[in-house]
Amino acid sequence: MSRAADVAGWTVAEAVERLDAEEISSVELAQAVLEAIGRRDGAIGAYLHVDADAALAAARAADERRSRGDRAPLLGVPIGLKDNISEQGQPCGCASRILRGYRAPYDATVVRRLREAGAVLLGRLNMDEFAMGSSTENSAFGPTRNPWDRTRVPGGSSGGAAAAVAADIALAALGSDTGGSIRQPASFCGCVGLKPTYGRVSRYGLVAFASSLDQIGPLTKSVDDAALLLSVIAGRDPMDSTSLDAPVPPADVARTAPDTLQGLRIGLPVEYFIPGMDAEVEAAVRAAIARAADLGAEVREVRLPHTRYAVAVYYLVATAECSANLARYDGVRYGLRVPAEDVIEQYGRTRAAGFGPEVKRRIILGTYTLSAGYYDAYYLRAQKVRTLIRRDFEAAYRECDLLAAPVTPTPAFRLGENVDDPLNMYLGDILTIPANLAGLCAISLPAGRTASGLPVGLQLIAPPLEEARLLRAAAALERAMGPRERPPRTEEAR
Amino acid sequence: MVPDHPTSDLAGEVRRVAHLARLALPDEEIPRFARDLERILAHVRQLQELDVEGVEPTAHAMPVTNVFRADEPRPGLTREDALANAPASRAGLFLVPRILE
Repeated sequence: MSRAADVAGWTVAEAVERLDAEEISSVELAQAVLEAIGRRDGAIGAYLHVDADAALAAARAADERRSRGDRAPLLGVPIGLKDNISEQGQPCGCASRILRGYRAPYDATVVRRLREAGAVLLGRLNMDEFAMGSSTENSAFGPTRNPWDRTRVPGGSSGGAAAAVAADIALAALGSDTGGSIRQPASFCGCVGLKPTYGRVSRYGLVAFASSLDQIGPLTKSVDDAALLLSVIAGRDPMDSTSLDAPVPPADVARTAPDTLQGLRIGLPVEYFIPGMDAEVEAAVRAAIARAADLGAEVREVRLPHTRYAVAVYYLVATAECSANLARYDGVRYGLRVPAEDVIEQYGRTRAAGFGPEVKRRIILGTYTLSAGYYDAYYLRAQKVRTLIRRDFEAAYRECDLLAAPVTPTPAFRLGENVDDPLNMYLGDILTIPANLAGLCAISLPAGRTASGLPVGLQLIAPPLEEARLLRAAAALERAMGPRERPPRTEEAR
Repeated sequence: MVPDHPTSDLAGEVRRVAHLARLALPDEEIPRFARDLERILAHVRQLQELDVEGVEPTAHAMPVTNVFRADEPRPGLTREDALANAPASRAGLFLVPRILE
């Protein structure tokens, strides 16, 4: 392979094309990506665990399938997984000490589907502990660094996934998005991140954080790859009763999208261009929207008046659900155990030693708001305001087909900048949280960079199950904005 | 309505809630969590200004109800697989400290 150095930088679609043309074998491709991880992940810290033997075995199996004339959408394509997606026999620790030593006893439905499609699973990607955070600094195993500027965060909670894809040490990755955890890191790292409609992708085997908000989705180098991965992982699953039985957009929905946006009505929510927003972020996003208008889209302002309540609703709903979901970590069936004389004390010590400060903070808030006397005032009221937020979107979508907005009010912030101010960290998620509360689909795609070189993301938000509309518009815009930019490469062995 | 919480009580509330959540927090961690709880509660209190009379709560984003499957036996985890991650097990069972004297 004369172009070995670039192999890890291929998109999924390019890799499939070259594998099909027999320019490279699955084993050679996997080796090249594993070498890139070994050479460069020391500078990024995207992976918590890499199983080279398992990856190479899967690659050999893919080569055998191909030699038999078998074809599958991801046959031989190396992909990384966020550390909260179960992969049988592999660690699935959610970047938490409390799951020390835990290995998943079964495959998540998305993993089963990736395997059936021929994907080669590379390893486990860093994240904020239990997906609680926006910077990957809440990982018990240390932060991941932003490949564009290693003094800055990659975003979170799928920070390892976004950094690995941007730094070309994975062709693509799966992450999860509860309040922006795919879109925000994609925006900070300059890659594409898709949060599908709630229920579009099975959550079976995704370690639960906030069950009414969590959704698995792809982080990729192109919109086309996001569409391709979605077509593999989406669809009704009997193992997840919230998964939806709806036709899944075809794999080529982005590739075959027209260049024009003629006839598309794009709404700009005035509340999403918030005071105090970084001027360069706003300028880049407005330039991308002007590009959409050049392509024929009709752009108009719309109102989402309950936006200012979204963060409060989110932190009540998500923490209440997490306090219930994380009750299972008791040191009995898996993970860490801190022994004590009686079982109640053992629970308390195990959980105090195993959870990090942000997880404890959210369990405390969630337990507080669900405790006797407070349920109506906090949780129930939040669920009602959630209805008002959903109605805002329903009204807006009577006037437009898609919403366009920034992903975050600022570009990637510095490591340590927000760690002592949880509320400020939460407020940074105001532009991504509403899509989760309303169950919409949304995508972040690169829209240029700031003067200091940090990526800026454009967010498109579509009604439930309108991923095809979302991906077509994103593909046309991506083409108009030119080829993907790559961060500088730093060699530092893992 | 939301009860008022004087700051002096919040440390006690954190202790009460930590016990409910089975988190054995050391005393030195209590003030910080109390301070964070106070700030976050102050922020979420803005929801009180909205009139939600007659508004249905959204528990799930999509209107999916009563999802059933056929009630048939299917293979699940084996006992060995289920115990493989246990910190302690004996005779095919999870082992915990004595509960009854």
